[in-house]
Amino acid sequence: MEKRVLKDDNDRVDGILKVTGQAKYFAEYELPGLTYGVLVTSTITKGKITALDTKAAEKAPGVIAVISHLNKPSAAAYEQEGGPQMKIFYTDKIFYNGQPIAIVVANTFERATHAASLVKATYAKEDFNTDFEKALKDPKAKKLQGQADYKRGIENAYKTAVVKLEERYFLPIETHNPMELHGIIADWRPNNQLTVYAKTQGVKATQGTIANVFKIPMENIQVNSEFVGGGFGMALRTWPLEIATVMASKHIGKPVKVVITRMQMFTMVGNRPAAIQTIGLGANKDGKLTGITHRAYGETSTYENFTEGVVNMAKFMYQCDNVNTAYAIVPVDLGVPIWMRGPGEATGAFALESAIDEMAHALDMDPLDFRIKNDPETDQQKNKPFSSKNIKEAYKIGAEKIGWSNRKNKPGSLIEGPWQTGYGVSVGVFNANRGKASVKGILKADGSLHLQSATSDIGPGTGTGMTLIANKLMKIPVNKITFELGDSSLPPAPSQGGSATLSTVGSAVNDVCVALKSAIAELAANSNMDATANFVDVLKKNNLPQIEVTKESQGGKERDNYSMYSFSIHFVQVKVHALTGVVKVSKIVSVGDSGTIVSPKTARSQMLGGAVGGIGMALTEESIIDHRYGRYINNNFADYHVPVNADVPEIDVNFINKPDPYINPMGAKGMGEIALIGFSAAVANAVFNATGKRIRTLPITPDKILA
Amino acid sequence: MKSSDQKPNQGDSRRDFLKKSSVITAIALTPSVAVKAAESNADERFAQLFEKIPLELTVNNKVYQTTVEPRVTLLDYLREELHLTGTKKGCDHGQCGACTVHVDGQRVNSCLSLAVMNEGKKITTIEGLANGETLHPMQAAFIKHDGFQCGYCTPGQIMSAVACVREGHTGSRAEISEYMSGNICRCGAYPNIVDAIIEVKEGGEKV
Ligand code: FES
Ligand code: FES
Repeated sequence: MEKRVLKDDNDRVDGILKVTGQAKYFAEYELPGLTYGVLVTSTITKGKITALDTKAAEKAPGVIAVISHLNKPSAAAYEQEGGPQMKIFYTDKIFYNGQPIAIVVANTFERATHAASLVKATYAKEDFNTDFEKALKDPKAKKLQGQADYKRGIENAYKTAVVKLEERYFLPIETHNPMELHGIIADWRPNNQLTVYAKTQGVKATQGTIANVFKIPMENIQVNSEFVGGGFGMALRTWPLEIATVMASKHIGKPVKVVITRMQMFTMVGNRPAAIQTIGLGANKDGKLTGITHRAYGETSTYENFTEGVVNMAKFMYQCDNVNTAYAIVPVDLGVPIWMRGPGEATGAFALESAIDEMAHALDMDPLDFRIKNDPETDQQKNKPFSSKNIKEAYKIGAEKIGWSNRKNKPGSLIEGPWQTGYGVSVGVFNANRGKASVKGILKADGSLHLQSATSDIGPGTGTGMTLIANKLMKIPVNKITFELGDSSLPPAPSQGGSATLSTVGSAVNDVCVALKSAIAELAANSNMDATANFVDVLKKNNLPQIEVTKESQGGKERDNYSMYSFSIHFVQVKVHALTGVVKVSKIVSVGDSGTIVSPKTARSQMLGGAVGGIGMALTEESIIDHRYGRYINNNFADYHVPVNADVPEIDVNFINKPDPYINPMGAKGMGEIALIGFSAAVANAVFNATGKRIRTLPITPDKILA
Repeated sequence: MKSSDQKPNQGDSRRDFLKKSSVITAIALTPSVAVKAAESNADERFAQLFEKIPLELTVNNKVYQTTVEPRVTLLDYLREELHLTGTKKGCDHGQCGACTVHVDGQRVNSCLSLAVMNEGKKITTIEGLANGETLHPMQAAFIKHDGFQCGYCTPGQIMSAVACVREGHTGSRAEISEYMSGNICRCGAYPNIVDAIIEVKEGGEKV
């Protein structure tokens, strides 16, 4: 039996809280007088509410209030003209099926749930369309430019190439589905003082959004979000349901808690939008790419535009003088999408990395050799050298570990009973970002260091990474360092997204540690102590219980001179059952090229998580809509299949672990996104290698294999 | 709530529950009746009559004598009434395993069990697994193998993992994976979870 102390410096700093049930997520705060809100949602897809009968609900036991567009409290920004179209409770318009139209607040969850079922809405219905492919074909349907067209060299050069291909790839809607249900606790007190317990990837962003909507000062709003049960992008904004909850609390003068249902997770908090992409590739006989064209359409809502980086990768990943891209968005009557792990880049990489494999096959080349042959020395899009890129080394490590030499270039060559074996490879790439963040460090005479920043941890292990950075610089034992986050009153930091937290906040931790060290050195010099004197002795000698430093940190000019990306290579082996069409991912080797690995244990887990998410994206995940009604029909975990334990083989995670010389003091680049980006293509490529069937529509379900 | 002096008569409360719950089921099945009842304020009276049913159960070795509405799930009872929030809600439909607890030693999805169905039963939640300051070997193994990221599925995984070892379903990685597939981890910590279970099994400590 082990005591409650961490045994290894690389263990997660909040591990004990998480394994003992002591970690508190937003819904778990006990507030005096807490009430429960349940949302009533639209049952039509488009139109207007003509009447809302709340009488029965209001009379139901325990009900405190029913709030809707008929009686909402003031949200100052929504009183004004313009602004967002979806102003919750400030509009009688219905934009999609499942849109929140009222909130019922009662003194227990059960009572609120029952009363919500008693609210009856009457609508004036309008024609709608939730079918993305139909909208795309309809010449009358809107198509909006999502990103400026890009052209380098000759447009559509692939068309005149010696070897050419043009293929279309389809990706369905996927839903983030973190295990924790979304929601918020809002506690609006007199004098416009508000405390919220939120599930958010950015406490400062939540604070800012609420301040804007209600036009109250930021300082009046306290946002707490210490533990977040996964986000994968869906908690990157403050959703209408959260504003509704704040309104409810303002209306009744008591704290209100809303936890939405798993079904509502499909309609209220965004999803990865469907995408239709065409890739054109041209090459000469030697296997050199001569033209890349990437055109994509992404889905968006009618009330808000959503765009992402679907066509980014085509512009720089391969050496090619002729590249052009285009990206448009197509509105349909669904809720607005939001970035889902790997975001648009994962969507784009599925198409591009499948097409690259197809081209290798057309050239009768090993897809690995083809990639290496077209690997660029510099970024042709930005016309800059890469800050660091060890992709060839990564290819080598991965190929060796997966046993690439066992692969046959001719598809369908490896057969054992009913099982066909195949190998696939793909690349993932994502911007290596660094933003601006502040960190406060308090160095104490008891030998401890306390660090604070209003950053988040949705799971990657922010506190663990920051602790290890400080541990390395300050030589203070890990168990004497604490890192506080998820509180809007701490020094500001950006939201956790785009794989930037370690780079951004970690740099500020670095700068704080450097400043603390020089402050100690100065104190030591002033008190005639040796420059190497221990800080505890220096503080004691100076009769100081502690010193503190706050630093704001951001990158400099290095980004003008270098192109900065993180890379990953995914190798998979699949087994495909010839009779049933079942695909089993039987072996995975992922190699991350993302600079220095600061926190090896949590970094490895992030790569595992990306691979598991990638298995779902490749084989099972698809949010299905019945377009007659505009409703999701598989909006639960029994019908929307995320990978379970038995779907996942052992995963061999490797890191290049070489510092990037330019990006930040740690030399570390982000890796949350690259863990997933490209993975689905590796599976599709392996399925092709196993069976000779090229599946260009995700997910790769048995019916498609057998078709 | 936590300590009513009167010990409820278990036989009566069971009979009461069956009788009362059948009335409630009837209401639930006929929405127009329910709406009418609500409009005439009759359901407030029904509620007064029905809502509190006596219940005695043991959670983490502590006896609770209380009254509870029959429609309250064991999961919501633990989280909202007892404030034992280590047990998580991930779906409320028996599809994810986040709410796994032990009922009389068996792993159970607490969202699929009404609190009143647990009369006289012994419940163990994640909060009751450690022995004071000493972690349960499965908890320690989850930390060692980093069997989680966000930690939200973790209490359910650990309760399930302990049961998996006790059930003897640890013959191979594949068998462990199969018997742990009722617990979804969206962060994808599965290989680490299997490693943790193997470590505990091979450690041979009583779990
Ligand atoms: S919450 Fe009970 S199984 Fe998901
Ligand atoms: S650790 Fe996040 S869902 Fe399992």
